[in-house]
Amino acid sequence: MSKVQQGLPTLEAGRGAGAVAWLKAHPNIVRAASVIVFFGYWEWAARDMSPLFMTYPSAIFRAAWAITANGELPQAFLASLWPFAIGLFISIVGGIALGVLIAQFWFLEYVLDPFLNALYAIPRVALVPLIILWAGLETTGKVTILVSIAIFPVIINTYAGIKDVRGGLLEIGKAYGATESQIFFKIILPASVPYIMAGVRLAVGLAIIGMVVAEFFTAITGLGGLIVNYSNSFATAKLFVPIIVIGLLGVALTEFVMWIERRLSRWRALERERF
Amino acid sequence: MAGATVLDIAGGRPGADPTSAPPMVAVRNVTKRFRTRARSGEPDVMVALDRVSMDIDEGELVSLLGASGCGKTTLLRILAGLVKHDEGSVVVQGTTVREPRRDLCMVFQNFGLLPWRTVIANVAFPLELDRMGRAEREEVAARYIETVGLKGFERHYPHELSGGMQQRVGIARALTRKPLVLLMDEPFAALDAQTRESLQEDFLRIWKDLRTTVIFVTHSIDEALVMSDRVMIFTPRPGRLRRTIESPFGPDRVDRDVRALPDFARCRQEIRQMLREEPQ
Ligand SMILES: Nc1ncnc2c1ncn2[C@@H]1O[C@H](COP(=O)(O)OP(=O)(O)OP(=O)(O)O)[C@@H](O)[C@H]1O
Ligand SMILES: [Mg+2]
Repeated sequence: MSKVQQGLPTLEAGRGAGAVAWLKAHPNIVRAASVIVFFGYWEWAARDMSPLFMTYPSAIFRAAWAITANGELPQAFLASLWPFAIGLFISIVGGIALGVLIAQFWFLEYVLDPFLNALYAIPRVALVPLIILWAGLETTGKVTILVSIAIFPVIINTYAGIKDVRGGLLEIGKAYGATESQIFFKIILPASVPYIMAGVRLAVGLAIIGMVVAEFFTAITGLGGLIVNYSNSFATAKLFVPIIVIGLLGVALTEFVMWIERRLSRWRALERERF
Repeated sequence: MAGATVLDIAGGRPGADPTSAPPMVAVRNVTKRFRTRARSGEPDVMVALDRVSMDIDEGELVSLLGASGCGKTTLLRILAGLVKHDEGSVVVQGTTVREPRRDLCMVFQNFGLLPWRTVIANVAFPLELDRMGRAEREEVAARYIETVGLKGFERHYPHELSGGMQQRVGIARALTRKPLVLLMDEPFAALDAQTRESLQEDFLRIWKDLRTTVIFVTHSIDEALVMSDRVMIFTPRPGRLRRTIESPFGPDRVDRDVRALPDFARCRQEIRQMLREEPQ
């Protein structure tokens, strides 16, 4: 008898714990439910609010459809893409080149690092008016703003990666009679790839910020320009569309870089797992 | 008195005969000093190697044995051309060693593999530095990978292999250039006892086939006795070559377990005694 009485509460507790464990094991179901509830509540609660200040999911969806169909969104997207691509390319290639140079040549390091440190310390947004003054409102200005924001993590990570190459690895090259350039291309550079890729991933995120900042403050074009125009005309539903597109662009690019990063840095992750 | 020892203190050995071929490696009065900072902050000099001389014949496998800090690694790095010595000379096959040479190849204690390269790319690395074409160097590399018993692991990465297998890769890499002298710095010290013994056996067999000259650093008396034709005993502070001992087991130690021989324990005891001798 006492056995049953003791057993009953445990059984009930067990059932509850089972449901919790099940939810814990299926995080995507919890996430999906959370998003659905959020959108449902938004749709229901925001319908009666003034469309000047608030909007709701189905209105955003209709707005997205409308500005895609009339060409506004695709045009803005392409207008953003061009300076973005140039700026990101310069940030990556230029950042790696600068990082390599200051890591390899002490003289360049001493010459350049006061300026790099100063630029890094100033919030780059504060430089935007100056950049506009010197580089103008068009593509050159936009690319310059973007690069000034996105290039630093690439420089810093490349530098750190090269400085972190273990003496033991360099000794292998020396012992086997590698030339200076062979040591650089066959040992130092591949050994720093994981660092450099982490820098590139950070640069992608910052480049998107740089793009939007540039479009806010220079010639009002692209996705950032859409945000400014729609907000000035209180087209709140439309305003959400470029914001969402920018978010999706960020997620897609970061995922892409992380995929490359995983492929190139696989040896490092596995090495870490082991030791 | 001399008859009481099993070990033959080298001197009258055939290699020292003036009519025979010149030695493969000739080390003459090599001295190496390091500047160190003493506790007072005053710069101080420590003598890592004090007038070390030795001759090593072609095809010989010689061990450098001694306690930690007696300059074994320093001597090996001087032989490899990685470190400059202060006095004396190092000549390998008639040419003075001044910088790393293609015909002197190193095997490292911590294996020294490039972790982002597969086994075959690691083994082919020296040939890649020599600008040999890809197909050709991979063919050579594959051959030596088979020699060290790693056939089938060509496309694996170092971290996918055990320590013993990684050092086999290190040995294969050193062999690809067909070196005159193989320099090995405690190559098996990082391995567990069983793996170490199987690598010792396999390496002796490879050495017997290839007949390369080998200089082998170790601080294990057993390993020195199992592996080498001659054992050179070093003592520290300053690093000096104390004694050179002929192996009592000769070339037929390969493929045989010399550890089981009655002489083995006595040799080991005598060497231990020598290592303990106070430097005069
Ligand atoms: N670059 C260096 N600068 C200063 N001192 C050094 C340097 N390299 C070696 N030494 C010193 O020289 C001595 C010999 O060192 P070495 O590494 O050759 O010893 P070892 O016989 O290989 O020892 P172990 O068995 O521990 O490897 C040591 O006292 C060491 O501290
Ligand atoms: Mg050593």
